[in-house]
Formats: sequence, C-alpha cells, structure tokens
Amino acid sequence: MNGHPEAANHFLRDEPRTNWHDETLWWVRKKRDKAAGEVKDWERLRELASQIKEKALSDLAKNLLEFEKNAQANGIKIHWACDAEEHNNIVLTLLQKRGVSQMIKSKSMLTEECALNPFLENHGIEVIDTDLGERIIQWMEQTPSHIVMPAIHLKKKEIGKIFAEKLDIPESDDAQLLTETARQHLRGYFLHSRVALTGVNFAVADSGAFVVCTNEGNADMGVHLADTHIACMGIEKLLPKTENLGVFLRLLARSATGQPITAYTSHFKKPEKGKEIHLILVDNGRSAILGKPDFWKALKCIRCGACMNTCPVFRKTGGHSYESTIPGPIGAILSPHYDSEKYKSLPFASSLCGSCSAVCPVKIDIDKQLYTWRQLLTKDGSNLMASQLGKLLRRNNWFDNLGTIFSKLQKRLPGVAKRFLKAYTAERNLPEVPHETFKRWYKKNHEQ
Amino acid sequence: MKLGLFIPCYINQYYPSVGIATYKLLKKLGYEVEYPNEQTCCGQPLANAGYERYTKDAVEHFNHVFDNYEIVVAPSASCVLFIKEQLEHFINKKRRIMELSEFLISHGELKQLNKPFPKKVGILQSCHGLRGLQLGNPSELMENRRSNLIELLQHVKDLELVELNRPDDCCGFGGTFSIKEADLSVKMGQDRLDDFIKSGAEVVTSTDISCLMHLEGIIMKRKLRLEVKHFAEILMPS
Repeated sequence: MNGHPEAANHFLRDEPRTNWHDETLWWVRKKRDKAAGEVKDWERLRELASQIKEKALSDLAKNLLEFEKNAQANGIKIHWACDAEEHNNIVLTLLQKRGVSQMIKSKSMLTEECALNPFLENHGIEVIDTDLGERIIQWMEQTPSHIVMPAIHLKKKEIGKIFAEKLDIPESDDAQLLTETARQHLRGYFLHSRVALTGVNFAVADSGAFVVCTNEGNADMGVHLADTHIACMGIEKLLPKTENLGVFLRLLARSATGQPITAYTSHFKKPEKGKEIHLILVDNGRSAILGKPDFWKALKCIRCGACMNTCPVFRKTGGHSYESTIPGPIGAILSPHYDSEKYKSLPFASSLCGSCSAVCPVKIDIDKQLYTWRQLLTKDGSNLMASQLGKLLRRNNWFDNLGTIFSKLQKRLPGVAKRFLKAYTAERNLPEVPHETFKRWYKKNHEQ
Repeated sequence: MKLGLFIPCYINQYYPSVGIATYKLLKKLGYEVEYPNEQTCCGQPLANAGYERYTKDAVEHFNHVFDNYEIVVAPSASCVLFIKEQLEHFINKKRRIMELSEFLISHGELKQLNKPFPKKVGILQSCHGLRGLQLGNPSELMENRRSNLIELLQHVKDLELVELNRPDDCCGFGGTFSIKEADLSVKMGQDRLDDFIKSGAEVVTSTDISCLMHLEGIIMKRKLRLEVKHFAEILMPS
C-alpha cells in the first residue's frame, strides 16, 4: 500500500506525539463546541449559510461580473486567472513592474495551492511570510499541515530550535519570548516592503469590497505600510450581498478556533490615495468542480478547518499524511479533482464517520462525497474478486457458510484475502466462530 | 403486525447471540416475527470499498426476500442505513426498515423488561446510527441531547451508565477502512477503549456489533478487562 496509509503509519509510529496531536486538535474542537453552543440558533445559522452559498455558486458567473464592475468603480484593479500559472505570472508581473525583489505575504491557502512562493523564488523574488505559523513553516522548508493553524504539528521546543538557528537567539520554548522576537524580526520587513500580498476570506458582489480575517494583524500592517496590495482569491469565495457577511463572520472564527470573531476583520473597499489594490480572481479548476453534480457543493467551503479538528484520521495522522495542499476531509474530496491518481488513497482515508459533515458550518456533504469518490476511483479496470463477490452475495447456501469456510481455510486463502486478513489481525483478533449460525438456531427453535 | 427480521451476515456468522436476543426480545414484546431464510448480505462492504455497482444483485435480492413485510427490523444501524439508501438508489423504493432501537422506541412497551443488569455500561455510539440514522444527535450539533440507547438502557434495573470523555468519537472500524488503514483503525479503537476504561465501564454496548467486533478484537489481543455486548443482549439476557 502507498499514499495515505504509508504516511499515516509513519506518523503513528511516534505514539506520544500522535496522542499529543490528537489531544491538541480535540481541544480546538471542544473550543468550537463551546463557542457554537453560545450562539442561539447555531443550526439555523448553518442552514442559512449553506443556502446562501448554494445560491451564490448557482449564480457565480453573474455575481463575479457584478463584483468586478463594483470593485473597479471603487478603484480596485481586477485580474482574472484561469489557473495557477496565470495567477503566479500576474503576481510576478506586478512585482517586476515595480522593480521590487521582495514581497511580504500574509496567510493565503490559495497561494499555497498555486505554489507561488517557489515560483517567485525561482524568479529572484524573496517572499516573507508574516503569519507566525507560516514563517516557521517557511524556515523549516515545510508546507502547512493545517489550513488555519499551519504549524500545529510542531512542538514549542522545535519552534524554539528553529528560532535559535534563524535569528541567532538562545534556544527557548517560552511562547511570549518567541512571539516578541518574531515581531521584532518581521518589523523591518513590514517597514520596507513596497508590495504586500494577502488572501481573501470573503468578497462581496454588491459592494465590490473584500474581507480579510486574521488574528495577528500582520495582513493589515503589511498592506497599510506598502504601496501596493495584491489580494488573491478563489472565485468561490464570493458572496452576493454585504448583509451575508453577518452570517459568515459569525460562523467562521467560531468554527475555526472557537473565537467569537477573529482579532482583525478588515474590509477593503478602495485604495488609499496614491496606493493600489490589485485583486486576482482565480479559477484553477473551480468551475470544473462547479459543473459536477455530485461534487459542486464542496465549493461552499469557507476554509475554517473545523472538519480537520474533528476528524479522527486527521487528528491521529497529521495534516502532512494527506500530502496535498488542503488536507483533512475537505482536502480528501477536493484534491482528487486535480490529480485522481496521486490522491487516490485520500477518499479511503476515512471511516465515513460523518463528523466532518456534522461540524461543517456550511453543511458540505463531505462523507457522501468521500463515498462517491470511492466509486469513481475504482472504475478503472475491472475487479474480478469484487464482481464475483457481488454475485455470491445473493446466493444463499454459499453465503450461509462463508464465515465457517473462511475460518477453516484461513491458512489456505488466496493472496489478496490473506493480505487483508493479515492486516486485520496484526493487532486484533478475529471473533471466535460460534458452534452454530443464527440461521441454524432459528430453524431449530422458531417453531417452538 | 408481522415483522421481517433482518440478521446481517456477520451477526449470523459470528454473533448469533445478538440475533437470538433480538428475536426473543421482539417476541416477548408480543410481535409476530419471521426470519426469511433466503436473506443474505446487504452488500455494504463492497460498496464502501468502491464497488457499489456490484451490489445491485444483493439489493434486489433483499427487496424480493422482504417484500411481504410491512416493517423490517434489524439489530444493526449500519446495514439498515445502507440498505435503505440503496433500495432508493437502485430500485427507487422506500421501505420501512428500522434499526432495533428505533423500532423499540416507536413501538415497544419496555416496561415489561425487568431483568437486572448490574454492571457499569458505556455506550459506543455507532457513527452510522448516530449521524446516519439519527438514533440520537451527535455532539457536533447544537441541539438538545438525545440518544435512543440512553433512553432504552435507563429502563434496565441496576445498570449504571458511565460518562465518556468523548461521547461519539469514531471507534475506527469503518468496514474496509479497518484493513486499508489497519494501524490507524487499531489506534482509533484503542483510544476509544482507553476512554471506556477510564470512565470505569465494564461493558461497552452499541447498536452495531460490527464496531464492537473490532473493539473486541483489540480487547482480546491486549487482554483488556472489558466486554462488548449488543444492547439487545442487555435488554434480553440469555
């Protein structure tokens, strides 16, 4: 086996760390429960959000054009990118036109998806991630393991070590000291960067404005000090009306971290005098997903990460085990659209417990989509064993003795079945075979 | 009212006592119960592995076998959820197929059950029962707490229900998941068992013996002091 099971087993080998990771994320899930429970009619709010998003996606083309018109009227420059390459080239051109070789960036999963950092670095541009978690990841030459808490897989000690190495300070695991050191370190970049890039949490068609939610204030400090603000957003992030924000801002931070609202919720509508805002609308496969009846609802995602915190698979095997930009349950249904061979193990990396769908603030049918993916991913090539088994299932006499036959023949099973059995029984016993089946018991007893 | 009794394959083969308890329980409550002899597996293991397309035969067979029964009852939430969905999917048919706790709560006269069960019991909420058939509401939802199993087991004399730290985290069985991701599946199971042990439970019960089979396998391997029982075996001890 390869793919997720292999990466998962690697993570599981360090049991104390697995337990720590599981507990940490469960704690976030509990914080979410508490915050959600304090909102009257939370379930109605989820339903409302789901409906708004489904309507918004159904009218996406119309909404995008309305947004473009209103944003341009506000003085925002709009760019359209059909894929990652176009997106990256737009950013590069903007930087080159300004003659800069350095750019600061706040958190954006879209730029991770487009692999913007390595692209710019190859073109001689230094990118400085200013979100603390992202900065740590960047130093360690890793990718985020979680979409909201990118360095959640690292322990304080490991973070202290990389700080010592990169900033020449004594090793420490004092969070306050490390954060203060990071502030001082980043300040210089904030003051001198002429271009700042951010992601976008929501854009609003009727106002032509967009919203960026952060906890560290790094996005705001970056864009207010720079001359040019580049904002990158996936086209699915668009909401039709300003009033919709009242629904989504109440759901986002509570679902993500259990906060009532992020520390900074910044609305950008028009550039300051003498400055520029460029917004890049990125498709990169989204409209293709929108055209798939079984899968389009995944585009409702507001990237809160709640499905990751609740998922036992994510909690116990870590975000990197998915080996995709967006990990966890939502990543497992999105990633195969981009490369169904590379990500074929992801829809199977689930017990189909459904906790993801129940926690999702926009009610995406994640577990259903995982199941549907499984049906598609097995389509290539026939599976003789599965089809034969399917036929046997309706044959009563054969079926009745399957368990007994199976138990007696354990040692003489064909290769595949033997491998399955070995996997199941390595750390688990099979149940003991009783002296008679229910069917036999019933035959003997039901007349009495 | 004549009930059709559906005894899923692994219960028939490995846990006949669950089928027997279910049958006796329904009889004791005064129902006419029949077990159609021709029944087989619902096909769920194949479908979860990605081969739903090969289960049409099994689903049609099920429909045929249980055609004479107004209500079908089964002691397995997972199989009930699956067969209900598949009957709609393949033959566009809605049937009244009820998981046992669902049936008991809507039809049963449980006061007749007065056998004591003097043990500390922890409930393993099966995910397909809880989030699929809504035999309770999961902790993710901000609703008043409700659970069929709590409702049923609180009638049992001398039985003490224990509180778990994580009341509805998945046990890690997941059918083929238990093979494809065997190490992870066992880790999830072990973590659930630790929660039961810490809570002081002596018995783990559930609507689904498939989840319990997986946990029992770990209990046996690691020689833990816990036993598993389908709730029908608690309501109707042999």
